[in-house]
Amino acid sequence: MRRFTFHRLWAIVLKEFIQMKRDRVTFAMMVGIPLMQLMLFGFAINADPKHLPTAIRAADQGPFARTFVAALKNSGYFTLVREAATEAEAQQLLQLGDVQFVINIPEDFSRRLLRGEQPTVLIEADASDPAATGPAISAARTLATSVFVRDLPGPLARLRGTDGPVNFQIHAHYNPENITQYNVVPGLMGVVLTMTMVVITALAVTRERERGTMENLLATPVRPAEVMIGKILPYIAVGYIQVTLILIAARFIFGVPMVGNLALVYAVALLFIAANLAVGITFSTLAQNQLQAVQMAFFFFLPSILLSGFMFPFRGMPEWAQWLGSCLPNTHFLRIVRGILLKGNGFAEIAPELWPLLLFLAVAMTVGVKRYRQTLD
Amino acid sequence: MSSLTQDFVIDVTGVTKRFGSKTVVDQVALQVRRGEIYGFLGPNGSGKTTFIRMLCGLLTPDAGSGTCLGYDVRTQQAEIKRHVGYMTQKFSYYEDLTIRENLDFIARVYAVPDRVPAVQHSLERLGLANRSHQLAGQLSGGWKQRLALAACLIHSPQLLLLDEPTAGVDPKARREFWDEIHRLAAEGLTVLITTHYMDEAERCHRLAYLAYGKLLARGTLAEVLRATPLTTWTVSGPGLRALAETLRGRPGVEQVVAFGNTLHISGRDAVTLEATLAAVRVPGHEWVRITAGLEDVFISLMDTAKDNFA
Repeated sequence: MRRFTFHRLWAIVLKEFIQMKRDRVTFAMMVGIPLMQLMLFGFAINADPKHLPTAIRAADQGPFARTFVAALKNSGYFTLVREAATEAEAQQLLQLGDVQFVINIPEDFSRRLLRGEQPTVLIEADASDPAATGPAISAARTLATSVFVRDLPGPLARLRGTDGPVNFQIHAHYNPENITQYNVVPGLMGVVLTMTMVVITALAVTRERERGTMENLLATPVRPAEVMIGKILPYIAVGYIQVTLILIAARFIFGVPMVGNLALVYAVALLFIAANLAVGITFSTLAQNQLQAVQMAFFFFLPSILLSGFMFPFRGMPEWAQWLGSCLPNTHFLRIVRGILLKGNGFAEIAPELWPLLLFLAVAMTVGVKRYRQTLD
Repeated sequence: MSSLTQDFVIDVTGVTKRFGSKTVVDQVALQVRRGEIYGFLGPNGSGKTTFIRMLCGLLTPDAGSGTCLGYDVRTQQAEIKRHVGYMTQKFSYYEDLTIRENLDFIARVYAVPDRVPAVQHSLERLGLANRSHQLAGQLSGGWKQRLALAACLIHSPQLLLLDEPTAGVDPKARREFWDEIHRLAAEGLTVLITTHYMDEAERCHRLAYLAYGKLLARGTLAEVLRATPLTTWTVSGPGLRALAETLRGRPGVEQVVAFGNTLHISGRDAVTLEATLAAVRVPGHEWVRITAGLEDVFISLMDTAKDNFA
């Protein structure tokens, strides 16, 4: 009896398979998560982002300048989307996050080039995410030596100089030292809130159902809205504690600059926390048990961390992945928090990211309340 | 209050509930008087819980009408919830809260006036006072049941709906529980209680028997017994197991049940049953005719219902 027997082992194996077949969500997770990771890591994520939106402010429209701009474009890293007439307009574009770079070609570009005086091209970069700007800037640097090979033939070759005919000056805005933490730590706020808020509410309601306490609750005069809001409120407080902890750590441990208005961060965080709690409530109405609720939360969390621009540059992703990422509240919240803290954005600058967040909240709340009501009768 | 002038605390007819294509409760009519302890019996899955859920406003009946405490069961569910105490089959209070915290929570939900003394009074009444700081999850079955009873009484309901309250509770705790129920009924509380225990059924003022969603019998204990004329014989002696096999399926024999060293044989048709028994009588067996018990009656009812169902 104490020997290891094959038929007892087989009994266990068979039983496990039957249980696996019954638990659809776990099965979906076992198949879905590898597929999702393959898609995300295989196709969506790109550590060498190209086609970054770039604005140009060209004071010199001569043939050398045009060749130079064309060469930048051909490198694949820069996509010219705008022309900025003034310095102020260029700054505005960077501030709003409409462009990643502004390339300034000085008035005397051609003249100085022909004199062999190495004209200076100023590249202003939104360096709040160093990972996004780094490869493009180094590509631009290598370009400088090769760009005018054909345009400066024969005797003009001496103009190419030893270290290139053009001098680059890079202004890394918002994060001049290219410190990764400046970008990651504010972003972490969205990631931490997504993870904890969704899981915690998904569990809070499922637990009532799983333990049978929901039936009791429903037999009392308590209204569905009272249950939902009553469950959400304590976690909003928890979310605010998390926000505060991260802000304190960002300031005093990582030395992240805080240019903007912290009150605005707290105000937007309320929206974001509520959006995630609504997602959690929706999951809890779908899940049969607490394990499933956690699994669903994980399905939501994975893209929120990978496609939101938290881990990898958002602009490096293919269009479909950017589109998917834009549906996630974390994507917009990250931009808002980074914008406020690093760029000093105010309400006007964050407004374009605010409405997707509101839209998401409205949809998630509607679905959550609808689904919750259906479970009553 | 309108219900005070009324004779019946529960008065419903034609109550029906379907889940998909399955009719779980089928045309049930029930009248329960004030201060009455009404026993609700029936096999597992017979629709007892669904019926109770309709009475306390958790489910809306698909058909039928009636009142509970004078409120319409279809439209005034919120009013009903306020005046009914419902004890679920499964323990459904918070295991990670203490006894006092649970009672306090329920008292707040019902907006009980003078909440703190009310909770204290309820703790004392059910003997929970010196355990009030224990977590509900650590209590044994009997104590959990007391907590559940205390919780569904805390808002002074006029009607108690108890769904198998004594399942898994030891005999002593069961008896104390029933003593408490009788005390409450004497104070004017109406109680509808489901159970599988026949001794508990006998402690009810009135009974109803539900099987496959249909109400098969109702009335006082004597009325229910009289309504189903069942003849029961007991036999004792050697070779009972073989005798049981011989008797099963014979004309007139509906139930053959072993009780320790005796066999109970019952059937509705007394004449046919006795003819069959006469054929198998051998010396050494002692045959006695007894009054049929409630359990025999219910099993007989259930078998009949199954016949009708098929």
